[in-house]
Amino acid sequence: MAAPAPRPEAGGLLDAWPAPEGEAGWAAAARRRAAERLLARGAPGRRDEYWRFTNPASLLALPAASAEVLAEDATPIFEAIDRLRLVFLDGVFAPELSDSPELDGVEIEPLSSALTKDIHWAREAFGALEGRGQEPVDRPFATLNTARAREGFAIRVTGRAARPVSLVYLRRDAGADAQVRHVLRLEAGADLTLIESGAGAARFNQVLEAEIGEGAALHHVRTQGRDHGRRAATALFARLGRAATFKSFTLTLNGRLTRNEAVIEFAGDDAVAHVAGACVGDGDFHHDDTVFVTHGALGCESRQVFKKVLRAGAVGVFQGKILVQPVAQKTDGYQISQALLLDDDSQFLAKPELEIYADDVACSHGSTCGAVDEHMLFYLTSRGIPRAEAEELLVLAFLDEAIAEIEDARIAAGMRERLAAWLARRRG
Amino acid sequence: MLNVENLHVRLEEEDKAILKGVTLSVGAGEVHAVMGPNGSGKSTLSYVLAGRDGYAVTEGSAALDDLDLLDLEPEERAAAGLFLAFQYPVEIPGVGNMTFLRTALNAQRKARGEDEVNAADFLRLVREKARTLNIDGEMLKRPVNVGFSGGEKKRNEILQMAVLEPRMCILDETDSGLDVDAMKLVAEGVNALRSPERSFLVITHYQRLLDHIRPDVVHIMADGQIVATGGPELALEVETNGYADLLKSVA
Repeated sequence: MAAPAPRPEAGGLLDAWPAPEGEAGWAAAARRRAAERLLARGAPGRRDEYWRFTNPASLLALPAASAEVLAEDATPIFEAIDRLRLVFLDGVFAPELSDSPELDGVEIEPLSSALTKDIHWAREAFGALEGRGQEPVDRPFATLNTARAREGFAIRVTGRAARPVSLVYLRRDAGADAQVRHVLRLEAGADLTLIESGAGAARFNQVLEAEIGEGAALHHVRTQGRDHGRRAATALFARLGRAATFKSFTLTLNGRLTRNEAVIEFAGDDAVAHVAGACVGDGDFHHDDTVFVTHGALGCESRQVFKKVLRAGAVGVFQGKILVQPVAQKTDGYQISQALLLDDDSQFLAKPELEIYADDVACSHGSTCGAVDEHMLFYLTSRGIPRAEAEELLVLAFLDEAIAEIEDARIAAGMRERLAAWLARRRG
Repeated sequence: MLNVENLHVRLEEEDKAILKGVTLSVGAGEVHAVMGPNGSGKSTLSYVLAGRDGYAVTEGSAALDDLDLLDLEPEERAAAGLFLAFQYPVEIPGVGNMTFLRTALNAQRKARGEDEVNAADFLRLVREKARTLNIDGEMLKRPVNVGFSGGEKKRNEILQMAVLEPRMCILDETDSGLDVDAMKLVAEGVNALRSPERSFLVITHYQRLLDHIRPDVVHIMADGQIVATGGPELALEVETNGYADLLKSVA
């Protein structure tokens, strides 16, 4: 559904990113369809229902504003984890910095070559979930990504991946405007942990499509880098088959603008999807989680847990929807979004939505926004813990419900350390 | 040890006087009880001494030895050796009891210029103290006071006291909400900490706690003032005749 009000024209965006050449006919066709859709529907504007709280102007501006590269942020958080590293530099795959993309149970192919071949599964998958995800809400940045992104990987998982796959997005060029696209397919019973880290680019448009087959499990963990000036529009599309599992967690520290969309569809019965996020920001920080979960099958469980800590004018946005279709009896849907405001200057804007067409479901949602609890603070300080440290303990405690969504204890511990370090730096 | 002199306190939010000239002095190693009817200002006294926000001291002083307590932040008072066992211990989801205890102990040690206690020594220390208070490992692992019964919360307060080893302990209605067995356990924990260098101010509504924690001095508080001071027999008088008779005789 296009909004009735006219939207900004999107042709300039498409022109700024020339269409890739030399790709297979099916890939070129998918790109053409996306470009046509973007032209027809236009770029997002403030009048769009889902862009009311987040101004898309800086995501559309040409050229992208530059963002200082944070030199020391080599994202050492996952160093202790044995993983297959695939490194991008300013949004461009850098094989010389990466491990050889060979892993038992996993086929990994750079997108640029996958789209020139006739790979059956990639042909079915590329742009498919992104296209489905455009209804009922337009996702124009993901459409642009389908039309133009050249970098990324096509990953097919056929068994239990021997190690996690880690996508590392390093920056060097302060002005880089990058688009990265990954297409994943997990065959029945397959299992993969996908780790993403790093700020990516001054402006980073990133899309991940994940088709998760029967009984398969995808664990996705992401940190978005500490670079202050960066902007990002990301979209995660996941479709789950019967008894499949999808768990995704994102940690965001800093960043001028972050819009993380997650579009999840239950296509098979008894599947489970959890999406969670924790973010901390102060000052010129705008963080938006926009989630759309469609229950289209019996007995599925979805969970959304989003926590934001905001200070000094930071803005947090949460737009989360659970749509339960008539067939989706026995749905268990849960959604919580909470913000902790460390001062009076910060803002949290939340729009939880439930739309339910089945009668035998359990769906709940909650959203809260508040300051640090003074009773707790006094209790801690009365035991000798200095106020600043006590406040940090309470901030970490607040975020912990989201971090607890991470299954891998080492990764969760790493997230906690990273948050504690962020808070300690703020303490100065 | 603790010297409170003509302390006047009112609520910051509403212009209401709560303490109207409280004077008391607790010597080293002594146990003083403060008794009084509801609304007499007993809990306010404990909060003001511990440094809780929301109160304005309009007159008088409070000192821990030669330290002016009213000048210090709550954490500084704690590091100086003051401890308040809360009437209603606060639940803190997401903060583990052990993390809390260790952070508190090390923060106090750091403030006093002492070395931090390492994880292994700390674990030994807490386990030993917890055993005597009948606190099991499960309780130590849980978030601070979350899902604790009334008795467990109070025992957890005494555990904190045992680990932090303050020299001036204020117990605010530690007996409230406890059955007899739980009260005995808590009293034993307190008695185990009694020493010539450690003093206690035991605030209570009922005399029964004082059967288990024997006070040296008993103060009766009413309408923001200490109206009577005496030995343990004063508490028994309250028990027999209630506050009304006593207050009448004072008036």
